[in-house]
Amino acid sequence: MSVVDRQEWDVVVVGAGGAGLRAAVEARERGARTAVICKSLFGKAHTVMAEGGIAAAMGNANPGDNWQVHFRDTMRGGKFLNQWRMAELHAQEAPQRVWELETWGALFDRTEDGRISQRNFGGHEYPRLAHVGDRTGLELIRTLQQKVVSLQQEDFRETGDHESRLRVLQECTVTRVLKEGGQVSGVFGYERETGRFFVLEAPSVVIATGGIGKSFKVTSNSWEYTGDGHALALLAGAPLLNMEFVQFHPTGMVWPPSVKGILVTESVRGDGGVLRNSEGKRFMFDYVPDVFKDKYAVTEEEADRWYDDPDRNRRPPELLPRDEVARAINAEVKEGRGSPHGGVFLDVSTRMPAEVIRRRLPSMYHQFKELADVDITAEPMEVGPTCHYVMGGIAVDSDTAAARGVPGLFAAGEVAGGMHGSNRLGGNSLSDLLVFGRRAGRYAAEYAAERSEGACPHVTDAQVDAAAAEALRPFSAEAEAGEPGDGPPENPYALHQELQQTMNDLVGIIRREAEMKQALEKLAELRVRARRAGVEGHRQFNPGWHLALDLRNMLLVSECVARAALERTESRGGHTREDHAAMDRAWRNVNLLCALTDPTGGLAATDPVRGQIALTRERSEPVRPDLLALFEKEELVKYLAEEELSE
Amino acid sequence: MSGYEARFEVWRGDVEGGGLEDFRVEVNDGEVVLDIIHRLQATQAPDLAVRWNCKAGKCGSCSAEINGRPRLLCMTRMSVFTREETITVTPLRAFPVVRDLVTDVGFNYTKAREVPAFVPPADLGPGEYRMTQEDVDRSQEFRKCIECFLCQDTCHVVRDHEENKPAFAGPRFLMRVAELDMHPLDAAEDTGLDRGRTAQDEHGLGYCNITKCCTEVCPEGIKITDNALIPLKERAVDRKYDPLVWLGSKIRRRS
Repeated sequence: MSVVDRQEWDVVVVGAGGAGLRAAVEARERGARTAVICKSLFGKAHTVMAEGGIAAAMGNANPGDNWQVHFRDTMRGGKFLNQWRMAELHAQEAPQRVWELETWGALFDRTEDGRISQRNFGGHEYPRLAHVGDRTGLELIRTLQQKVVSLQQEDFRETGDHESRLRVLQECTVTRVLKEGGQVSGVFGYERETGRFFVLEAPSVVIATGGIGKSFKVTSNSWEYTGDGHALALLAGAPLLNMEFVQFHPTGMVWPPSVKGILVTESVRGDGGVLRNSEGKRFMFDYVPDVFKDKYAVTEEEADRWYDDPDRNRRPPELLPRDEVARAINAEVKEGRGSPHGGVFLDVSTRMPAEVIRRRLPSMYHQFKELADVDITAEPMEVGPTCHYVMGGIAVDSDTAAARGVPGLFAAGEVAGGMHGSNRLGGNSLSDLLVFGRRAGRYAAEYAAERSEGACPHVTDAQVDAAAAEALRPFSAEAEAGEPGDGPPENPYALHQELQQTMNDLVGIIRREAEMKQALEKLAELRVRARRAGVEGHRQFNPGWHLALDLRNMLLVSECVARAALERTESRGGHTREDHAAMDRAWRNVNLLCALTDPTGGLAATDPVRGQIALTRERSEPVRPDLLALFEKEELVKYLAEEELSE
Repeated sequence: MSGYEARFEVWRGDVEGGGLEDFRVEVNDGEVVLDIIHRLQATQAPDLAVRWNCKAGKCGSCSAEINGRPRLLCMTRMSVFTREETITVTPLRAFPVVRDLVTDVGFNYTKAREVPAFVPPADLGPGEYRMTQEDVDRSQEFRKCIECFLCQDTCHVVRDHEENKPAFAGPRFLMRVAELDMHPLDAAEDTGLDRGRTAQDEHGLGYCNITKCCTEVCPEGIKITDNALIPLKERAVDRKYDPLVWLGSKIRRRS
């Protein structure tokens, strides 16, 4: 077998977006020698695309804000399915995490008195999002990137080597988390540029790989979002939590076709933009659900007054949580009141002077001008739902970010489940990355320190050989003929497109039992065919090969989504069933866990009907009474089952 | 406008060498050059190497040269070309090629490490920073940079002059020095670090003769030359020739 480069580290962080970098900074500052694996170039991670802001109850714009209010909003947004301890920690720690960024050089937009400006967003009671125009994610990633560099500069001064304690491996992809005796022992991956394999041995591995959007056709997600971390965890024996909850952001571009799905920031609505249908009607007033009835304006006049006088008026319904807005847009289009290209109209041009639009929403102005020939200061945008975020993810311990069931494995950011319940509020992602990225880094470093005193598990040659064989399989796809599912080599690009179409059409924003069953059958077929995904050429920077390897992950994760979505017979947050249209209080405290049925982890062809994923139900931990006491009884009865209330 | 078949020439090869390869490929309404490259991958050249991430002009990964001009593949609309035109896509010229359209941009990461980081003021804790919007505007403009490195690629100081690379940080990282220099709370001076001086002495600002090529290719529309490089030059000049500053620096150095 090929010679494989081996290195030893205390902590390996898989993923270099906001969560991964924050984890790496923390681990290194706590003394752990830390390696970060970056699927693309350093500083290009998907976090860069976050636009609106970082939610943190700093109370700069409205002194009434505090962590309790933020916690309440988060639980409401997630329809009370959230792992409440995560929501609590998140709300408490987010302000510290934002302020800390300033000490690392971040430059947020300012209030009149020189503090960090905060903007309105859907589901947040007060203006809460620290922001930089509409490019907050870029500021976050650059600040963390520059913090990493500053730590490397420190290490250089001390040791003469920038990478002695903190190393970033760029354009590398991990294909397996390795274990020995039930504990994490390291990771196996390949370097894109050369195609060479590597093994990083480490007692602690933090997964921070982001989301799964590339399994859907219409998505705001970037190339990297192929569910790698979700799949790595499953393959290592860790369960995934509540994977049925996928957020469709209400406003993605719908035209031209090649840009369909690209995000239009919620800030457009937060700053005053309104949604209209083809009849010119602000339709969101018709879609305020019961649980939110008393919190949103009933008339356009009241909604418009709210921007200047939020204490005496209620919020405009355009600022409902994302799941509500996405469903409403979907319904309007279905009823035949959509825009020419199958969306609805999002208008700021009649709401703000052109000059203000260009200043507050520069990226949106630029994006529409360049990609769609639309001047958003003069005409409305056309928008529609786009797959944006997965609330489900690796099941973790709230305080330590430790993955359940696999000692040494940690997860933070989008890849971790629980924090957002059934639906994430805008702005809660960047704060999540920081809060739980830091926690994962801290506890991974502590875990590694405990291990280094005893014996660290090591990676065996047999494990390396097996991982290498799996990774090389696409180069010998034809030679596999004769196995079950015998047939000609498959084009990985074509398989990917079929997968995206399947998930989009059959497990999309509105779900039906028959369609999800059909999706599971199609996924089984694709799984068999994906085993024959073949590639041309050699291992040096070969995108066909990379895609063939990513397909395994996308198929695993897609099956989790479809299976869990079929199981949950209610509608809640990012899971909408046409055949079970109401939220069911009995499901409030039910978590669905996905685990791998096949211990060889997809190396062998699996039974197409049974599939690779087994579901179990578990009852979630009751919400702590002092946190429940933050809500009015009348509100709680809408969410909690009778027996929960009586306790 | 309906679909048509376009003529493309794409550079394919690696360190050993390579050349332009001809393709005929379908183009549809509203598409950008990156869509066409993806179509080539999916239908004709599955191993065609190209970097890309967001396909929305936000990450700065898909930098290449289109008809000789440094551009983002994802932000170049096909409609800017005529149907008859042959569109030539080549890798960034200032950096060593890895494969096809992918180059080794390590130069930029090395330069990034050479710029000393933000120095937080010793007397302010987290949450105590106060800055007016007016004072952060300038540095914020530079922080819009998506690190596509098109400015680094087009800059004539290094574009065809490999020998200048060790001494020259390039527009992107000179702008980073300017950004920190203009940061209202950067406390570098308290530690004896004069950012303006380092721009000249350590990052090769003197090589720049303000031809504004960097500004022209910047997809974010950052006025790199006017707002970053020229003010930095003015500061460097002030320091050099202002006798008081000169005297001050001599005294401080001695102590």
